[in-house]
Amino acid sequence: MRLATLWAATALCAPAVADEIWVSNEKDDTLSVIDIETLEVIRTIETGERPRGIAFSKDYSVLYVCASDSDSVQVMDPETGKILHDLPSGEDPEQFVLHPNDRHLYIANEDDAITTVVDTQLRTVIAQIDVGIEPEGMAVSPDGKIAITTSETTNMAHWIDTETQELFANTLVDSRPRHAEFVKDGTELWVSSEIGGTITVFDVATQTEKAKIEFEVDGVHPDRVQPVGFELSTGDETAFVALGPSNHVAAVDAETYEVEDYILVGRRVWHMDFNADKSLLFTTNGVSGDVTVIDVAKREPIKTIKVGRFPWGAAFRPTN
Amino acid sequence: MTVFFRILAAFVLFPAGAVAEVAVSVAYLQQQVERPPVLSNLDPEPQDLGLAGAELALADNLTTAKFLGHKYKLKVTTVPENGDWLDAARRVLSETPFLILDAPAQSQLQVADLPEAAGAVLFNVSAPDLAIRDETCRANLLHTLPSGAMRTDALAQFLVKRRWDDLVLIAGEHPGDLAFAEAIERSLTKFGMKLQAEKTWRFDADLRRNAAQEVPLFTQEFGDYDVLLVADELDDFARYIPFNTWEARPVAGSEGLQPVTWSRVVEQWGAVQMQNRFFDQNGRSMKSKDYAAWAAYRSLGEAVTRTQSDDPAVLRDYILSDAFELAGFKGRAMSFRAWNGQLRQPIPLVTNRAVVAMAPLEGFLHQRTELDTLGIDEAESRCTAFKEG
Repeated sequence: MRLATLWAATALCAPAVADEIWVSNEKDDTLSVIDIETLEVIRTIETGERPRGIAFSKDYSVLYVCASDSDSVQVMDPETGKILHDLPSGEDPEQFVLHPNDRHLYIANEDDAITTVVDTQLRTVIAQIDVGIEPEGMAVSPDGKIAITTSETTNMAHWIDTETQELFANTLVDSRPRHAEFVKDGTELWVSSEIGGTITVFDVATQTEKAKIEFEVDGVHPDRVQPVGFELSTGDETAFVALGPSNHVAAVDAETYEVEDYILVGRRVWHMDFNADKSLLFTTNGVSGDVTVIDVAKREPIKTIKVGRFPWGAAFRPTN
Repeated sequence: MTVFFRILAAFVLFPAGAVAEVAVSVAYLQQQVERPPVLSNLDPEPQDLGLAGAELALADNLTTAKFLGHKYKLKVTTVPENGDWLDAARRVLSETPFLILDAPAQSQLQVADLPEAAGAVLFNVSAPDLAIRDETCRANLLHTLPSGAMRTDALAQFLVKRRWDDLVLIAGEHPGDLAFAEAIERSLTKFGMKLQAEKTWRFDADLRRNAAQEVPLFTQEFGDYDVLLVADELDDFARYIPFNTWEARPVAGSEGLQPVTWSRVVEQWGAVQMQNRFFDQNGRSMKSKDYAAWAAYRSLGEAVTRTQSDDPAVLRDYILSDAFELAGFKGRAMSFRAWNGQLRQPIPLVTNRAVVAMAPLEGFLHQRTELDTLGIDEAESRCTAFKEG
């Protein structure tokens, strides 16, 4: 017992040797830190209530955590795991995105139909924007000019001009949009729809629908194929899409929008992140309470790592 | 020239493309029915049961409408038990073709058969009766409340899965109890089971004082069995059954493990957000009839959003089409059965404290959608009204 404590203390203080994947555990109020070399959980850190979205600042010096039921975004020192301070976030923050200026956080307030923009340096709210019901997916264009909020019940992507912090377009997507990403240098916006079972691809210049990606997993009823989080490989060649309760991740050719592979992972796969060279992909599996490690080149799962209850978000942290 | 610019301006303001005004007014038409007295006063029926769900859907639809330039309204008409139901229905139909009906099955059929209701879109949110979805179905009457059969099929799937197939039943004498008991027997037959014994609840004593004495003796005659089923849709006596049975056995049906449309314990699939919105708006938790009314107005709103139309014929066609899907916080997209107008939906099996299972259960397959393992399927349907026109 004593030895274990000592060991833990040493691990905390010793300089980290390998990169890490940080995972938020929605129903444990903790973060699990996975060592990418050993593929083991090396730290478990307490957070506020119901942590969901997590993201590092550009220089990885702080971690932002949406503590949904604490109604705050917590700012954590990743070295010590200590909460430095809370940011005013509006009620029930679920997901957020950090503007390329490394300063403005765009936060979806799920219970309030609002997107809150917070200045992380001044720790003040600089704008609140009315959006649809249950805002969730958040994205910002690489040039920083456009922020996106998707609303789950209104079924829209709301396009925010980051200069004026006002909506300039609202586009319908299929049922329950969950996640949004700008793709191909910001020329395309992808929005996943959980209940609709699709990803809608928008042409950003015109905000019009350009393509729709559909999924079909062998032996799984279409109702249970529910796209949620997704990430793109190096050069935006392949999109990896978490398909929720179908327990699969799809690999999609981002040029042709065709699905090439389905990879079996844990139960109710939700979000994901890559390691530094994007050779490994880590998916959070909410119901099975674990993380699946996927070999990106082989498109095969190579390991399952037990984390806390209902892992939700994942974020990469380099340590070298 | 000016007109051209005005149209252009409209497109710029509403890129999703609303030019002509789209305005939908829904009437919530309610017939008051006297509830027979029940043994316990612990759970009085909320005054706004059902209506509160329609109001939440109105708020949901209005938020979407804000971005599309659409308009929604909700008007309530309550008819007392001895009031002129059909006169009220005619007046409401002269104002709008979109009605949410909160009334017994027979009263709903009377409204559906009014000449004024031809071409209207009516939603049944209160009557679980199988007949109005089957042999007496009407083409203008859609159902967002599941039939009793959908609920008892959900329970039967669970019993099959657990291999709890030695079953006995206690049923009340109220028509709702008898209908539910009949639905249970139908479902057991459908899934290859049958009741070993059945008893009718005829006690008129006040069980709050002596359930412990009466129920053990009453259930002793059943001998051994796996599960005691109870049909007490009035919520009269069933609450006194668990833990008072002669044998130590679980209770299911109207008490214990219950197949329901909705319950406050449903929290997965994003349901927490809707539960919170409902609670903030009404100061109480959402119940099954609230959910059915919510689903009715949200279905209409979804159809308006997707078609950009407020024409009842266009909306009805869309609602009954394959393109329609409603995200109903029960884990799967919901749609309407084109042959009888029933909203297909998962059925949570719940206790007062948690969701035990969600039907359709894994392993119950169907060539169209597993949701059609619940309730009357197309092949056995006696509803013909939807095939015409």
